[in-house]
Amino acid sequence: MHSSLWLTFLLVVPLAGAIGAALTRKVEGRAYVVAITASFVELVLSLVVAFLYNDHVAQTQTFDFATRHVLAAPFGLAYDVAIDGISLLMIVLTALTVLLALLGARDRRQEPAFVAWMLLLTCFTMGSFLAHDLLEFFIFFELTLIPCYFIISQWGGRERSKAALKFFIYTFTGSAFLLIGILFLGFAHQHQVAGSALTFSYGALSATTMSHGTAVWLFIAFAIAFAVKAPIWPLHTWSPITYAEAPTAGSIEMSALLAKLGTYGLLRFAVGLFPLALVTMRPVVLTLAVIGILYGSMLACTTPDLKRFVAYSSLAQMGFITLGVMSGSTIATVGAVLLMFNHGVITIGFFLIIGFIEKRRGSILIKDFQGLQGPAPIMAALFTVVMLASIGLPGLSGFVSEYLILIGTFATHSWWAVVATFGVLASALYLLWAYQRVFHGRAEGANAEIADATTHEQWVLVPVVVLIVVLGVFPKPVLDRITPSVQQLIHHVAPSGVNK
Amino acid sequence: MKLVIPSIHYLAILPVLIFFGAALALVLVSALARGKVPLVVATSTVVTAAVASLVANFFQWRCVAKAGASVTIAHAIVLDDFSVVASGVIALSVIMTALVAHDWAIRERVSGVEFHILALASSAGALLMTQANDLIVIFLGLEILSIGLYVLVAFDRHRATSSEAALKYFLLGGFASAIFIYGAALVYGATGSTNLSTISYFLGTNVLLHPGLLYAGGALLLVGFAFKIAAVPFHLWSPDVYEGAPTPVTGLMASIVKVGAFAALIRVLISALGTQLDTWRPILWTLIVLTTVVGASLAVVQRNVKRMLAYSSINHAGFILLGVWAGTIRGTAATLFYVITYAPIVVATFAIVTLIGGVGDEHHSIERYQGLARRQPWLGAALAVLLLSQLGAPLTTGFYAKFAVLASVVDAGGGALALIALISAAIAAFFYLRWAMALYSDDGPEGPRVEVPRLTGMVIGFGVLVTVVFGVWPGPLVTLAQHATVLFTP
Repeated sequence: MHSSLWLTFLLVVPLAGAIGAALTRKVEGRAYVVAITASFVELVLSLVVAFLYNDHVAQTQTFDFATRHVLAAPFGLAYDVAIDGISLLMIVLTALTVLLALLGARDRRQEPAFVAWMLLLTCFTMGSFLAHDLLEFFIFFELTLIPCYFIISQWGGRERSKAALKFFIYTFTGSAFLLIGILFLGFAHQHQVAGSALTFSYGALSATTMSHGTAVWLFIAFAIAFAVKAPIWPLHTWSPITYAEAPTAGSIEMSALLAKLGTYGLLRFAVGLFPLALVTMRPVVLTLAVIGILYGSMLACTTPDLKRFVAYSSLAQMGFITLGVMSGSTIATVGAVLLMFNHGVITIGFFLIIGFIEKRRGSILIKDFQGLQGPAPIMAALFTVVMLASIGLPGLSGFVSEYLILIGTFATHSWWAVVATFGVLASALYLLWAYQRVFHGRAEGANAEIADATTHEQWVLVPVVVLIVVLGVFPKPVLDRITPSVQQLIHHVAPSGVNK
Repeated sequence: MKLVIPSIHYLAILPVLIFFGAALALVLVSALARGKVPLVVATSTVVTAAVASLVANFFQWRCVAKAGASVTIAHAIVLDDFSVVASGVIALSVIMTALVAHDWAIRERVSGVEFHILALASSAGALLMTQANDLIVIFLGLEILSIGLYVLVAFDRHRATSSEAALKYFLLGGFASAIFIYGAALVYGATGSTNLSTISYFLGTNVLLHPGLLYAGGALLLVGFAFKIAAVPFHLWSPDVYEGAPTPVTGLMASIVKVGAFAALIRVLISALGTQLDTWRPILWTLIVLTTVVGASLAVVQRNVKRMLAYSSINHAGFILLGVWAGTIRGTAATLFYVITYAPIVVATFAIVTLIGGVGDEHHSIERYQGLARRQPWLGAALAVLLLSQLGAPLTTGFYAKFAVLASVVDAGGGALALIALISAAIAAFFYLRWAMALYSDDGPEGPRVEVPRLTGMVIGFGVLVTVVFGVWPGPLVTLAQHATVLFTP
């Protein structure tokens, strides 16, 4: 058991960075330095936590660094943090995302405010992953909306206000269901345990007994909020316009990181707290996930611009993650958690490169590009690596996670796995086709004059490529950390799938 | 026949006395003084009175802690922690409004002390409502509160909309009062008393074979209250009145009327008619659904920020009603917590609207706010925080206020109701955000820079501080609201 101070530092560092960046608004460029420093420290801290993390704290649980302080007893409000192998990976992703987004997609318009919002977003996202209390999770989950909203509405593209509003209203409505569900669960628990105070602690609430009907309703309430956030078909309609209109750093944060908040929540809370509902709800959600995979792949073929293209391919990838999360098999769930991380890294790569291209050409429409690999071979090479990882080429990170998901799901729910496999084929189709349209052919006009990736841009993409290759070849250290926690969870919710 | 003068516990009615005394003193001074009484004198009298009332609240609190809740003046007035906290909120709103109105009066060249006299008298009415233990006293408080406000709404004689609003408010308000007193008469007919404790005792010990009279009376009382808090479908006056009234008056209305009316409503529904919970709950259910949804939906289409805030306050009224619907101690505490947190937010918001309104108090279209945060970062950020708080964003008191009422409703078995209300909050988010976005947008016509006078600045700062500090650390306020309702005695 380690001191929870480490986790508190993870929250304080970005917060302090945000305040510091906001205070240095008088001096040109200093806010950026403060922000980079803060996010670098954050990344180092998260790696330290990852190395310290112990996956067998007690015989029965894998939560480490735990602490709990009640803040307002009548509300059941508490500061309660703890991590297990699943959240550990998300924490590292959070720290990595903000650093790469800031390094690779610098926005000089009102820079102090921009980096301050980015760091605040990091703090709130970190809080959501650290929270071991449902109310605390909800508060952080809601809080992430505010920085996102301001980042989109102030630094976004032409339709930014529409995109920002759509994003906010969608997610806010989704979380309405979540809040009512959390309250209902909290009171159900309070009424069961005689004389207990109102609490939303994860540990306490996971012991609540409930009827099958109640479990199903609560599962639906939770799942709606997380399905909006992820997004899972058919609640995804906010995401293409939002990803397309957000500034590059915002798109990175939202699709690489915040989307994971949805699938993480689905796994940790919807699946973890309502095992009874799974019998009924599993086929439904699995079906939605498979539809999402196919639908996302289809639209990715036809979409006119590159950011929407990544948005739809993300929809397909989120379908894979949902498939793994809901499969009830240890192997597939481990794959899903790994894919959350891998998809994050791959998406960072995609959006960074698209951002570089957008900066040069001022456009993200696929039809505006042709033959970019002539004038910009390094950029094309980097894009190829990211793209191949996304397709799931063996030896790169995407393959490991998709493979685990498909074999695990096949063991428990074979037909869904069979249909989902077509998604892998489809991803090769739409990615290669898009690559062909943008990078192949003869570059003419503005396309011929495009500059290749600068040294700075290459260095920003180095961590992405390294992670893609290393996790593709040697994922063991990461899998070792995830597996005990996932096994624990599956043991709790679906004992038959533990060894599948 | 010998007239018995009931015993009077003066500490219990001290805040009311202070407010009335200050109003009378101002009347006398302005009548006797040669020339005009300076504005500073009037403002400082109001602030002094309100501070004195807060001090009196402190001693009342200690008295209740020592001796428990008590009734006085023939059981017509009650002194308990609930009334103490509610009057404290009213006094605080009065101080904030008086400071804003001071700067407003200088800008608009309004001289004379009438504004402050009326504000004091109105607030005394609201104070009386928080302590009333008798339908007649509630009516008295309601009338004192309203009559002052009718005149205050019409205060801006140069604007036709101000007089129009006042007339509308007066006619509908008078109508509502008549309905209320008729309801009180019917309840008296059914139970034999207008005293809330006696009604409660009577209903607790007797079974009404023909409860029609009681139901009719209760329904009429509810309609009267619904008018005052502007619950749909009794809200039609509110947008026009909010728009027409001088902006500081709108702020005062939005805060003290809500505190007074909700305190009295809780006493009537929970204390007196608590045994009839199953009868009034469905009515309230319908009222809440209409109020939250219609309030939020109509706000979306407004271009005038005062009208928008009127509909927003309708939406908030629906949320506060949620706590009443719960009918539990948790619900009562949540209602109290909501009004405690809502009052400073709404007064500070209207303080900013007063500033932006400019000379003549006429510029209230949302375009006027375009780019405000770029020109004046602090003012813009303050408004953004206040709007986010009204929206219910976490880390502001607005979130915990909504959380508290929703929790009480879910606890009382109203999950569907809570969900509908919360979805209306998502609709409401649309116009709060549109406004907040205008603050930070850099396209469109630029509005002018506005001066922020010191007193108004202090009020805005205080409102923001309260919402952020207690938004991060709600503990003390929650405990206060809970403590005030644990000892809740009818």
